[in-house]
Amino acid sequence: MASLGSTRRTFAPWADPTARPYIRFENVTKRFGDFTAVDDLSLTVYEREFFALLGASGCGKTTLLRMLGGFEQPTSGRIFLDGQDLKGIPPYRRPVNMMFQSYALFPHMTVEANIAFGLKQDGMPKAEIAERVAQMLKLVKLEQFARRKPHQLSGGQRQRVALARSLAKRPKVLLLDEPLGALDKKLREETQFELVDLQYELGLTFIIVTHDQEEAMTMADRIAIMDKGKVLQVATPAEVYEAPSCRFVAEFVGSVNMFEGTVVEAGSAARLRDRSGAQFLVADSGDASPGDTVWLAVRPEKLRITRERPSEVENALEGEVWDIAYLGDMTVYNVKLADGRIVKASTINSRRSVEDALTWHERAWVSFLPDAGVVLTR
Amino acid sequence: MRRLLSSIGSRLVIAVPYLWLLFFFLVPFFIVFKISLSQPTIAMPPYQPVFGLEDGLSGLFGKLRQLSFDNYLWLLQDALYVNAYVSSVVIAAVSTLLTLLVGYPIAYGMARAPERLRPLLLMMVILPFWTSFLIRVYAWIGILKPEGLLNQFLLFLGVIDEPLIILNTTKAVYIGIVYSYLPFMVLPLYATLEKMDHSLIEAAQDLGCPPLAAFWKITFPLSFPGVVAGCMLVFIPAVGEFVIPDLLGGSRTLMIGRTLWNEFFSNRDWPVSSAVAIVLLLILVLPIVYFQRAQARAREREG
Amino acid sequence: MAGTWGRFNIASLVLGFAFLYLPIVLLIIYSFNESRLVTVWAGFSTRWYVAMLGNRGLMDAAWVTARVAFLSATVATVLGTMAAVALTRYTRFRGRLLFSGMVFAPLVMPEVITGLSLLLLFVAINFDRGFATVTIAHITFSMCFVAVVVQSRLITFDRSLEEAALDLGATPVKAFFQVTLPVILPSVVAGWMLAFTLSLDDLVIASFTSGPGATTLPMKIYSQVRLGVTPEINAVCTVLIAIVTVGVIAAALVNKRREVLRRREDMALVASA
Repeated sequence: MASLGSTRRTFAPWADPTARPYIRFENVTKRFGDFTAVDDLSLTVYEREFFALLGASGCGKTTLLRMLGGFEQPTSGRIFLDGQDLKGIPPYRRPVNMMFQSYALFPHMTVEANIAFGLKQDGMPKAEIAERVAQMLKLVKLEQFARRKPHQLSGGQRQRVALARSLAKRPKVLLLDEPLGALDKKLREETQFELVDLQYELGLTFIIVTHDQEEAMTMADRIAIMDKGKVLQVATPAEVYEAPSCRFVAEFVGSVNMFEGTVVEAGSAARLRDRSGAQFLVADSGDASPGDTVWLAVRPEKLRITRERPSEVENALEGEVWDIAYLGDMTVYNVKLADGRIVKASTINSRRSVEDALTWHERAWVSFLPDAGVVLTR
Repeated sequence: MRRLLSSIGSRLVIAVPYLWLLFFFLVPFFIVFKISLSQPTIAMPPYQPVFGLEDGLSGLFGKLRQLSFDNYLWLLQDALYVNAYVSSVVIAAVSTLLTLLVGYPIAYGMARAPERLRPLLLMMVILPFWTSFLIRVYAWIGILKPEGLLNQFLLFLGVIDEPLIILNTTKAVYIGIVYSYLPFMVLPLYATLEKMDHSLIEAAQDLGCPPLAAFWKITFPLSFPGVVAGCMLVFIPAVGEFVIPDLLGGSRTLMIGRTLWNEFFSNRDWPVSSAVAIVLLLILVLPIVYFQRAQARAREREG
Repeated sequence: MAGTWGRFNIASLVLGFAFLYLPIVLLIIYSFNESRLVTVWAGFSTRWYVAMLGNRGLMDAAWVTARVAFLSATVATVLGTMAAVALTRYTRFRGRLLFSGMVFAPLVMPEVITGLSLLLLFVAINFDRGFATVTIAHITFSMCFVAVVVQSRLITFDRSLEEAALDLGATPVKAFFQVTLPVILPSVVAGWMLAFTLSLDDLVIASFTSGPGATTLPMKIYSQVRLGVTPEINAVCTVLIAIVTVGVIAAALVNKRREVLRRREDMALVASA
């Protein structure tokens, strides 16, 4: 199998059967009254991994993080960190630290005092604390802000203080709850890379909770996509995008065209018949067998849009250009098929001007190659 | 060990105030209730306990047989008490309405005041609340007396020829209640009026509603939670008020708080005053529960 | 802005505040009256203040009141803060409904009932009435006011601050004293001041629960007022009003000053950056 996407660095302990998991959730369930926030969930995270929990709000990702931090107790199931069962260990005795979504900076303490807080709790000698605080301030480039109070800082500076404070104790694992949620878009993008570099330099394990797929894909080694308290897929960003395990993941991450149909022939040159009767040639039908109802997920950029039917391509559909969204770097065409379905196709604007571009209400063909889509059975 | 200590700590946080209130708030109520059911002769001071722990169970049953509802029957039969209850509720209700009439324009004016003035105005409403209740009631005696400042002023203006008799009448009680409880009315009203989006009024006017109609159709209904809170905060304590009717009211101004006080301190009839207290409480339970519910609902809406 | 404020609003505010303040102002003015007759102005004099200071009974009562108010406010603040923490933090424990009921009931309970019931308790347990019983009674009702004031602050308190402290290794007790308490301190101080003035004011409950030798100032004032209005009482009232007003305004100014300093500091920082 060809590699999916480009890997950021060669780091894949999950692919190594001899590697020892660092954090293990074993059949963890958490209920709040009638509401099940986390449902019989099992998950492993490896040392030095940058791991993202991605999902919509209320999917249980924050609850999972808070259980690891010790702020919630699992209703059932167990959580291990570095071989140690965390059951019954209160937050103040766990070797993990958390960066809170609201940053939770102590408003009555200076930046320095905030960073030193955790070290003082451990009874570290004063000189050592001063040294460590200085080191942390340097790390987050806030040396000249040591004496300020949190309300005298900008949003980005606060975020860095929160980071420094949670890193000061050199935790085995750093938990980050929507760490960039309060920053504006530009600052968020810059900070994403800073965080990745920092994690790599320090060699720590990071677990981040986010609802922003771009953020998860930019930073994480692996992403766990969660819905209704369950993990639907754990995989690298490229795998999640190119080989989603189910319709929810395919639709949650990025944009997708979903063709519902029936398997006519299974195997490596499979045939599907979609609802309108069109036949598709697909390179791999996965574990579906003839007669099964399946969904073919094709990303918009994998579709080609042309005026004439391309002769060499098997999979082509005719329709009318219904809407055009010009986004600068690319253009998205919404093509309305004869049966009313809308198909999205995008083209990269690699040139500044295009002669004789497609326009509204023109007839057009969208086509895709047999390996452009993924067959999903659920 | 440390965990054990912290769980003991969290238990203490609950237990200490809990036990304090249990012993000094709830238990006294049961004692009042118990005494209200005992025979006047037994409970005349020096007070003899109706039953104590030392009596044991058999003693308790023996004493239980002696309990009676005589005091309550007495309250019902004697027109004095019934009238006192009725007139307390009426006086409290009328003064609540008057307080609302006086308080609403003040709260409205504050809510519409320039924003930088509002904290000062708020402070000015709260400040009298910090000064002694007794003193504020006392201040009115000198004003309302027949030869007092109000009459002197009105005579001077020539509005009246003879001094008005206000002190030691129910009118003075109304004035006293309105004056003393005004901050309780203004504060919740101000809180709801201040939060209100002024563009609602502008929208109503834009849609063709004249200002006064806009007030009745938009502002007043939206301020209703504040009206309810303010009225309850005035009405409930006013029913049981003692100082105001005692200092400003006349001998014919019947209010139950004063009746209870006299029953206790002058007649020294403890069982009857206990029964008076229990009945007063029963009268107030309904508005108190209603008020708590309204507050809880408001909190939910905001939270 | 003034246009939308309107004449009607200004008039209602002026009349409203005149109604609120005129009686107090008149009371203060007539405390400086030379004449024994309260309502006839006979020239400025401070003789009633001198008389007041020489009145042994009055001064004793003032001393009792000061001690009761200080002690009861302090204990009530501790108990009330604990109750507020218990109510906001522990959402499930046995008897929570009863507990919250007991915290809120005294706020609306007629004073005559509270006073009577406490007196009957003290009699039932054979507890001599005096300084201690008045103090206990004041603690009981003012702790509920403190609890409400502190609770309303705790509700808006960002719980993640406390969780962050736990996360960084502070035990729950340390987290409370190092993080929660400093942040909610203004409300605790406000609670103390409220409890202090409630105790300073109270006539009814003190009358029921006090005993010989523990006459509080409001009780003394009340017994004299029943005999008629005197300039001496006006003088006492003026002093009390002055103390409370100075206290409240000072507290407000301290708050305001802190705010202004903070803002100025922020501005300087922004300018230097």
